[in-house]
Amino acid sequence: MSRVVSVRREAETVRRLTEDRVVSLHGAGGELMGKLLSERILPRFKLRAVGPIGLDALDDGAVLSLPPGQVVVTTDSHVVKPAFFPGGDIGRLAACGTVNDLAVMGAKPIAMTLGLILEEGFPLSDLDRVLDSVAEVLAELSVALVAGDTKVMGKGELDGIVINTTGIGVAERPVSDAGLSPGDVIIVTGPVGDHGFALLAAREDFGLESDLKSDVAPVWPLVEKALAVGGVTAMKDPTRGGLAAALNEMARKAGVGIEVREADIPIRETVRGLSGLLGISPLEVACEGRALIGVAPDRAEQVLSALREHPLGREAAIIGRAIEDYPGKVVLDTGVGGRRFLEMPLGDPVPRIC
Amino acid sequence: MEGPGCPVCVTSTADLDLAVRLAQEGAIVCTFGDMMRVPGTELSLSEARAEGADVRTVLSAADAVEVARQNPKREVVFFAVGFETTAPGTAAVLLDSPPKNFSVLCTHKLIPPALSALMGLPDVRIDGFLAPGHVSTVIGWRAYEPIAREFRVPIVVGGFEPLDVLYSIALILRQLREGRAEAENAYVRAVLPQGNTRAQELMARAFEPSDARWRGIGTIPKSGLAIREELSPWDATRKFGVQGELGAEIVPGCRCADILVARAVPTDCSLFGEACTPLSPVGPCMVGAEGACHVWYRYGGRPKL
Repeated sequence: MSRVVSVRREAETVRRLTEDRVVSLHGAGGELMGKLLSERILPRFKLRAVGPIGLDALDDGAVLSLPPGQVVVTTDSHVVKPAFFPGGDIGRLAACGTVNDLAVMGAKPIAMTLGLILEEGFPLSDLDRVLDSVAEVLAELSVALVAGDTKVMGKGELDGIVINTTGIGVAERPVSDAGLSPGDVIIVTGPVGDHGFALLAAREDFGLESDLKSDVAPVWPLVEKALAVGGVTAMKDPTRGGLAAALNEMARKAGVGIEVREADIPIRETVRGLSGLLGISPLEVACEGRALIGVAPDRAEQVLSALREHPLGREAAIIGRAIEDYPGKVVLDTGVGGRRFLEMPLGDPVPRIC
Repeated sequence: MEGPGCPVCVTSTADLDLAVRLAQEGAIVCTFGDMMRVPGTELSLSEARAEGADVRTVLSAADAVEVARQNPKREVVFFAVGFETTAPGTAAVLLDSPPKNFSVLCTHKLIPPALSALMGLPDVRIDGFLAPGHVSTVIGWRAYEPIAREFRVPIVVGGFEPLDVLYSIALILRQLREGRAEAENAYVRAVLPQGNTRAQELMARAFEPSDARWRGIGTIPKSGLAIREELSPWDATRKFGVQGELGAEIVPGCRCADILVARAVPTDCSLFGEACTPLSPVGPCMVGAEGACHVWYRYGGRPKL
């Protein structure tokens, strides 16, 4: 009897395991993977094609028929700790990160691919949540999921989940991050530092509690409004390295100086508090739902009002302007009678004791 | 003129090398985040981690004890750095019977002996001290009175906001104008005359004063805290029988010691901006973001007011 029983038990274990956790077979191209695709992935995404061959075909690639304009492509790999954080998760982050890169190029996001690399044992319920988050962002912007890939790696070979996304968009007139001219006004579409500090606060090893939520959100609805007004000369999303890195890059690439008034940069009280506690500048941590927009001076007020009409842009603010002096540098007016250079962050911010 | 920046920056190369060595030999080394990038003789802790050592950042000594509880089969070493601000936290966990697999590499340092040592150097041109606010919450502002008297130098405890700093400087200037040299408190919302006596008591029970090595400065008598004999099972140097190699504190050419006492400015140093930059710092003044050389390097060509 023992043999039969043990085989049955094994089958039972496999069944139970494959029902609630990722196993290597999920990435092996066989029946289990087919089930994962047909039951968990395909039904979640409403739009699955922008041309003759889309996701449903499970072909070797997608064929796209794009609207007129210039095609913009971007790719990004996402690892985040923790994978679920206040205000979002790695799925929302991956989708937003990619469509936002398209948006700040001036491109309307049209299609996205989704590559999942999963650790053996990753809970399928968590995968469902991540997929729901991706689907939600794509549905909001009517972006199609046109291709995908799933791989499973052994326990301990990666930390839970890694996502790679490639975005395809179309721009009537692409906007680079290098287009600033002296006089252009710099607008930020909302408070900075929320994402970085929400993540830091959520990391259990710090034992911090706060009501802060990540700002992770698609910026295309805002960018679309700004582009409709006109006068947009440069755009960038202040992700890694935060506002400090993004402004420095914009200044360097355009060969202009940027003057910023610290007091005008929107920063939440909670972020200020955490910043003081951890010794990390809110200007150096990532935002995942904000854009920096350079606008010709005669259109700046109009663009600002247009942004503020949208719920995500209510706290948009003019924070500074491009200048001829100090090319490649960012000058921060500290508001206490001092001016200093806002430098490119040296590396990832770490909590400090002094 | 900036002081050496922060306790992290003055942590000696010898002590840092010890921490790196313990991590390389298999211990989990826990320390504060800003310690990670400080250079050792060969490696920083973050470089050691990149090479496979288990180095973790924590926000307190208690967090390191938690790491030890969660990893009962591993040795967990808390690399304790900092002045009187962080030392009470280390004392508290040492006195609370931590697990057997936990130990402390103790390099805590004391502010008043350092101020005395700076004033005792030849040809010092310091007119006044803006004393550190956080440290003073623990030791109290009265702790500076003997130094102010002995060296006839104004010492004002300051806070951290722009107005705090300006107010402290105003008080120092007022003392100089009136020919006074006293300890004074410009950070009354946080600092008491006697400080935090509970924290002081914990420190006294766990530690005894010892000579300590300061990066770029050398050994200052009785400026450090060593773990008391009765707590030696948790003293990493005794537990693992290791001792820091002496002698590498001052890199030839480095003028941090002169810069710290206002005998030189960063550009007087031949290493400045060449061999010594924020990305590969040599002396303590370049290591920390508030160090004189670091500030000079990043903001030296500052915008006109």
